[in-house]
Amino acid sequence: MDKLLTTSGGRQQLLLGNEAIVRGALEAGVAFVTCYPGTPSSEVPDTFYRLRKQNPGATRYYFEYSTNEKVALECAAGAAVAGLRTMCTMKHVGVNVAADPLMTLAYVGVNAGMVILTADDPSLFSSQNEQDNRYYARLSGLPLLEPVGPAELKEVTKYAFSLSEELGLPVLMRTTTRVNHAREPVPFQRLPKTKTQGKFEKAPFQYVTVPAVSRNLHLKLLAAQKQALAISEKSDLNKIFGSGKLGVITSGVSVNYVLDAVDDLGAKKKIKVLKLGFSWPLPEKKIARFLKSVDKVLVVEEGEPIVEEAVNAIANRCGAKCDIGGKQMWKFPPVSVDVERPKFLSRAFEYNPRMVREVMAKYFGLKQQAPRPVSLKGIPDLPGRPPNLCAGCPHRATFYAVKEVVGPDAIHPTDIGCYTLGLLPPISMADFLICMGSSVSSSGGLSFATGKKTVSFIGDSTFFHSGLTGLVNAVHNNHDFTLVILDNGTTAMTGHQPNPGVDTEALGDPTTHIDIEQVVRGLGVQHVTTIKPFKVRSAMAAIQKAVDFKGVSVIISQELCPLYARRVAPKTKRPFAVNPNKCKGHLDCIQKVACPAMFLDDQGKAQINPLQCIGCALCAQICPENAILPVKAKA
Amino acid sequence: MKTMRIVNVAVGGQGNLLASNLLGQAALDSGVPVVVSEIHGMAQRGGVVESAIILGGARSPVVADGEADIIVSFEPVETMRILNKANRDTLVLTNTRPLPPFTVAIGAAPYPDTTEALKVVGRKVGKLIAFDGQDLAEQAENPLSLNMVMLGALFATGELAVPVKSIKKMIRQNTKKRFVPSNIKAFDLGYKAALAA
Ligand SMILES: Cc1ncc(C[n+]2csc(CCOP(=O)(O)OP(=O)(O)O)c2C)c(N)n1
Ligand code: SF4
Repeated sequence: MDKLLTTSGGRQQLLLGNEAIVRGALEAGVAFVTCYPGTPSSEVPDTFYRLRKQNPGATRYYFEYSTNEKVALECAAGAAVAGLRTMCTMKHVGVNVAADPLMTLAYVGVNAGMVILTADDPSLFSSQNEQDNRYYARLSGLPLLEPVGPAELKEVTKYAFSLSEELGLPVLMRTTTRVNHAREPVPFQRLPKTKTQGKFEKAPFQYVTVPAVSRNLHLKLLAAQKQALAISEKSDLNKIFGSGKLGVITSGVSVNYVLDAVDDLGAKKKIKVLKLGFSWPLPEKKIARFLKSVDKVLVVEEGEPIVEEAVNAIANRCGAKCDIGGKQMWKFPPVSVDVERPKFLSRAFEYNPRMVREVMAKYFGLKQQAPRPVSLKGIPDLPGRPPNLCAGCPHRATFYAVKEVVGPDAIHPTDIGCYTLGLLPPISMADFLICMGSSVSSSGGLSFATGKKTVSFIGDSTFFHSGLTGLVNAVHNNHDFTLVILDNGTTAMTGHQPNPGVDTEALGDPTTHIDIEQVVRGLGVQHVTTIKPFKVRSAMAAIQKAVDFKGVSVIISQELCPLYARRVAPKTKRPFAVNPNKCKGHLDCIQKVACPAMFLDDQGKAQINPLQCIGCALCAQICPENAILPVKAKA
Repeated sequence: MKTMRIVNVAVGGQGNLLASNLLGQAALDSGVPVVVSEIHGMAQRGGVVESAIILGGARSPVVADGEADIIVSFEPVETMRILNKANRDTLVLTNTRPLPPFTVAIGAAPYPDTTEALKVVGRKVGKLIAFDGQDLAEQAENPLSLNMVMLGALFATGELAVPVKSIKKMIRQNTKKRFVPSNIKAFDLGYKAALAA
């Protein structure tokens, strides 16, 4: 049995932050889990999915990968209002998609614990922006918890369910990449019995948000916030460490940096730290007492100066005279942020222990001894190691075929997934991207405004996530472009999760397989063709017809992601090799498609690494000399 | 207990995260406070994978510039790229076998002379231990065991509060049965190579 399903308590296990969230939810008896994957949250749903599948007898919760975050939240809302403990997970930008239900679900409330995970990504390790989702707590009026590491994550997740029930509101739990992807020992408590049967008592004047109802619900929400404030004032999650006349107020992963800095500066008796783990509603009275007890206070928070602004307002109201440092936006214009050597704390990018320690030492006038980084003089220029589509990736073949047909001048709105790597040369086929689904809808604007040939790209998971409504819009309004749906049968980028178009039989899952071509036809698209991207010539012929069509045309490029295929349907094709006698050194193979299995030998001729080549045969069809052939089977 | 900040760096597919996780498990097993962190943005697609293991009680899950006590690098160019984490006392362990990035393989960028460059590195840091770890992995008859070789070398430094017994136990418990003998052999070869260096 998986260690996460250990029913008894007592032991410690080394857990990834995201696994700790799962264990916390299990210890709370979670009965219903929905999500849309996205880094850095993905291991939470992936762990729920794996545990359920590997231990059907020992797991009682319902789990689903939903089509998008809005759907995930609405689905979870139904279960929570009917009395099941529910969790809904997403990355920070997912909350934008789910924002509409979130705002009004806050009015309606829940009848059993509901925890919504928002996993933020300061420094944009794998995201399109680094928005600070703590604002969503203020916008929705929902309580916000911010654990600092895996051990606390487990405890806080568990607590969040009971807090949610106490208030009758969903609770937001906000993490950042460094918290989700840290590992540390986590003590286990025992697993309870899970209640999986809910009950819904009709009460339309509580649950149907017509204006007359919502007016009352807003007042109810405001009352619940008052109750939440009282809990926040007393919460152990808002805790003071150390003592002294200097103060730091901090939350999230920065708590670790601050506490380490206090140790490193030998300042346990000089600096006291207020850690805000229950960070909305802010414990105003606790903060006021803290401010009155110190001469100077530094607010350390990644992202926007949300707590800092609030602390200034609280100081004004309570008459605290201490100096308040932090980002001090009114003094320092954001453009002068020097992330490497901060004079003050940055609004951009994540923090680190050194940066926080340096700012604290400077602000408090303390001496610090930090080793200096070595100088990089004499170190040669280093070749980059940019990510690249895998060897045998079908996206590469589709890009090649489209470019051969439309040339370099066409405009390519793109979307989010592995295929966004088509941005890099030599493919260079990504021109515009703002969020999931934007490929489809922005194509109408771009093609109208420029009159240029527009061919956009979207993955299968992204198409179901937010491509459908855009496509209906395009048909309805007679837009003129070609949409290429890159159907690799999985959600590759975030770890190969299933999506509605996936043939789930291969995964042994009981859900249905929704045929993309039928969907597209059903949406009213007149010109639809499904192609096999590794059959280059016929793919190009079909693409030519699609781009010649006036109006909305759709190409569905269908081929499994080979990394995924290796897992569900392993077949081995023979690798290819370049015949040196036939190769004339055009290098089209290398220059047009940049497959990582190819390299140049000492004579400057193309070669193929047989350990990486998976036999997709794309290069063989590109070579004008037909010099690339399958390796002969060994006798 | 003294805080020990270790940074592991490798190319996607070299098994860095498994090595870090095993070290974390071994620390827990032997009662040494530990935090591990991973950044694996695009690992599957040939990018760089960095992880940090902090032993001894510090809470921060990351190691800042100039603050690594030990750097373990699975590839010589990545050793140079991570050098901003080193200070003049840092102990650097590196595999010397290049794994040229794709840009180099297709002739779009040169691969530097790493033998020369590693000499420069050696003069900047506390100590440099450089050896062909990939060769040792091949000697262990498991080319994918470079991560075990590097773990062995790390333990040979004698700088860790975690005993060899614990890490071997974790290798036996947490790597695929079929690979345990070659993994242990790779660990021992790395251990010896670092002692000899
Ligand atoms: C609103 C939102 N949710 C989630 C993500 C994370 N995310 C990025 S790409 C992607 C899915 C990609 O799958 P698909 O479109 O099938 O392309 P593939 O990677 O398989 O090529 C996800 C979930 C995001 N960027 N934005
Ligand atoms: S994981 Fe799959 S879809 Fe993504 S780049 Fe690799 S082969 Fe392509």
